[in-house]
Amino acid sequence: MSPTSILFAIAFYLAATVLVAGLLYRVVDYARTPAPLKIPTTPAPTTRTGVVLRMSHEVLLFSSLFRANKWIWLFGFAFHVALAVVLARHLRYFTEPVWWPVALIQPIGIYAGLAMVGALAMLWLRRFVVPRVRYISAPSDHLWLLLLILIGASGLAMKFVTHTDVIAVKAFFLGLLYFDWQPLPTDPLLLLHLILVLALMIGFPFSKLLHAPGIFFSPTRNQVDDPRERRHLAPWAAELEKR
Amino acid sequence: MAKIDFELPKLGPNLEIPVLQPDAMLGAGPFVAKPDHQEKLGFPGELVDDWQQVAIDKLGELVNKSRGLKVFLDSCVKCGACTDKCHYFIGTGDPKNMPVARQDLLRSVYRRYFTFAGKHFPKLVGARDLTEEVLDEWYNYFHQCSQCRRCSVFCPYGIDTAEISMAARDIMDAVGKGQKYCNEIIGKVHKIGNNLGLPEPALINTLEGLEEDIKDETGVDVRLPVDVQGAEVMLVTPSADFFAEPHVDGLIGYAKVFHQAGISWTLSSYASEAANFGMFIGNYENMRKVSLRIRQAALDLGVKRIVFGECGHAWRVAYSFLNTLAGPFDFLDQRYPVPQHICEFTNDLITRGALHLDPSANDDKVVTFHDSCNVARASRMGDQPGGQFEIPRAVIRASVNRFVDMADETIRDRTFCCGGGGGLLTDDLLELRAKGAMPRMQALKQVIDDHGVTHMAAICAICKSQFSKVLPMYGMQMDMIISVHQLVGDAIQLGTKE
Ligand code: SF4
Ligand code: SF4
Repeated sequence: MSPTSILFAIAFYLAATVLVAGLLYRVVDYARTPAPLKIPTTPAPTTRTGVVLRMSHEVLLFSSLFRANKWIWLFGFAFHVALAVVLARHLRYFTEPVWWPVALIQPIGIYAGLAMVGALAMLWLRRFVVPRVRYISAPSDHLWLLLLILIGASGLAMKFVTHTDVIAVKAFFLGLLYFDWQPLPTDPLLLLHLILVLALMIGFPFSKLLHAPGIFFSPTRNQVDDPRERRHLAPWAAELEKR
Repeated sequence: MAKIDFELPKLGPNLEIPVLQPDAMLGAGPFVAKPDHQEKLGFPGELVDDWQQVAIDKLGELVNKSRGLKVFLDSCVKCGACTDKCHYFIGTGDPKNMPVARQDLLRSVYRRYFTFAGKHFPKLVGARDLTEEVLDEWYNYFHQCSQCRRCSVFCPYGIDTAEISMAARDIMDAVGKGQKYCNEIIGKVHKIGNNLGLPEPALINTLEGLEEDIKDETGVDVRLPVDVQGAEVMLVTPSADFFAEPHVDGLIGYAKVFHQAGISWTLSSYASEAANFGMFIGNYENMRKVSLRIRQAALDLGVKRIVFGECGHAWRVAYSFLNTLAGPFDFLDQRYPVPQHICEFTNDLITRGALHLDPSANDDKVVTFHDSCNVARASRMGDQPGGQFEIPRAVIRASVNRFVDMADETIRDRTFCCGGGGGLLTDDLLELRAKGAMPRMQALKQVIDDHGVTHMAAICAICKSQFSKVLPMYGMQMDMIISVHQLVGDAIQLGTKE
């Protein structure tokens, strides 16, 4: 085992811990923070089932964004769908034998990778050419897009430019999963790809990428519209009533 | 017509997204509350010495008390979908009036003091220290948000800038920099019971005058009762209904409805106000205190139902918050929703055939309807989602023959604010109000030109006052704006049912 392999193994354990613990901390914190008032954006569903439906529309189709702006929707939606396919495709590095749906999507995964980088490039372009969006962009907003684009590009480069030893890569990751460490190939493109992914994993819980868990806790979207039928009272507000 | 020393946006054939005009609305904001106004609400009289620390502590407290605020501050991805949705941005071009930019005024400070990234890499994530300039910027731009929630409709995460404005105002009150208009008014409600500071004798006097007016006009004795023990319904209505046009014609309309339906009702001199500006300043305790007056009045008068008159934010507080703030209302008749909107009430009577309406009485009018933000995006009427759009329209259609809706993208949940909501209905914000009204004015102009619309009906006291002020600025008739229940009142055939 080379020192590089050991370093990467440790880094992946660390990054995975930060990602999981960080997100868990957020989710628990959001869940514990009370929502004092009923504030769904109406018209809103009057039942739990209705809320599940509304939320599914938001999460799977980005329905509010679609109403707001067709371009942002197109690029944003394309990026997220492509990302989902690309992530699913990468499951082949973590499963043995490879699950059949994962095997099935291997060919489209490549197109998804291209679509992902294309959509990200368009989202980034917007940050320069649309004055309103340029105005609201902080350096980190640019950097996240750059990071994602580089991850996608380095991944695609390994497909189209210089191949890496995917069998060994898979052995490395399976080794991580089963605590039976295996060497990692050391071609620069692969290492770059992995370093960027590590950065993404570590940055995730400290950044705007929190929108992913956040949406499920957004009271304007997840509350049932029934304030007249059911009295809603936050614990701290109930305290006021005892005075 | 008020003198204006600023340039109004032009009404074009289409609503254009303006070019950015940085600092177009830079200024000192509305008048700051006097120590006296502040203290009556339990806030420090003037800016406290250690205001930075107090503000940061308050922000921390609010974030931990409200999941919405926390999620909204964390989740924005700066996608830009909301940037062209705010009427104040459309009307002024000031980039700080783009909803996300408005949020960022607070978010930048939240990041600086409460997030890892902002503590260690402030420049990278746009985090800022809370300085005097930042506080001034908050004061100015958080009083350029009418808390209309239009932005939240379009945000992929439902981020509601109204919640952020409310939190910011709550923080500013906590450090001693409150807004005069709202705080003075809330003080009056705590003391006297209504926004106008109208004491009981004056109220009774006004209502007697109105009874005489109705008698003169119709020959029928329609009562406007106050503090009647054991009445079936207590009506809580915005105090503007007691004195100003076009509000008062709405009040007369409600009275005629009660009269013809034969349902006993009363106003309360203790809770003589539906409005609850506690919401505008984002302060739970003050909002609760105002709401509790309504509960108390209902208990004291021994009524069975509570009905709210035409008022937008009041209906939000009533529909969405009243049960929380002042409930449970188990002492009222559970066969009816608590509380009920006057439009729900009237619509039920119409459906049951309990009212005799002759829409031809309004044949001199072609009517359109302005959906008020707080009714449209923060409440409901009836038992179906969207009832808040259908029920007022049903009431109007039963009362007039010619009704036309404005353009789809400017009504229902995409409605544009009148420009005066959220505690901004004050003359020290006239320029903002006039410019913010532009999108609504433009949609109205279109139906005037295309369909000969003569009147715009609304169910909100703030909208009605605001439109009376800005319609003439845009070259339209001030008295175009009317109450929905004025239409009902004019169509109702007294003496034919009761
Ligand atoms: S709530 Fe309304 S006024 Fe405030 S930022 Fe959003 S759209 Fe503008
Ligand atoms: S639409 Fe929502 S996520 Fe997008 S910039 Fe506006 S507030 Fe942020």
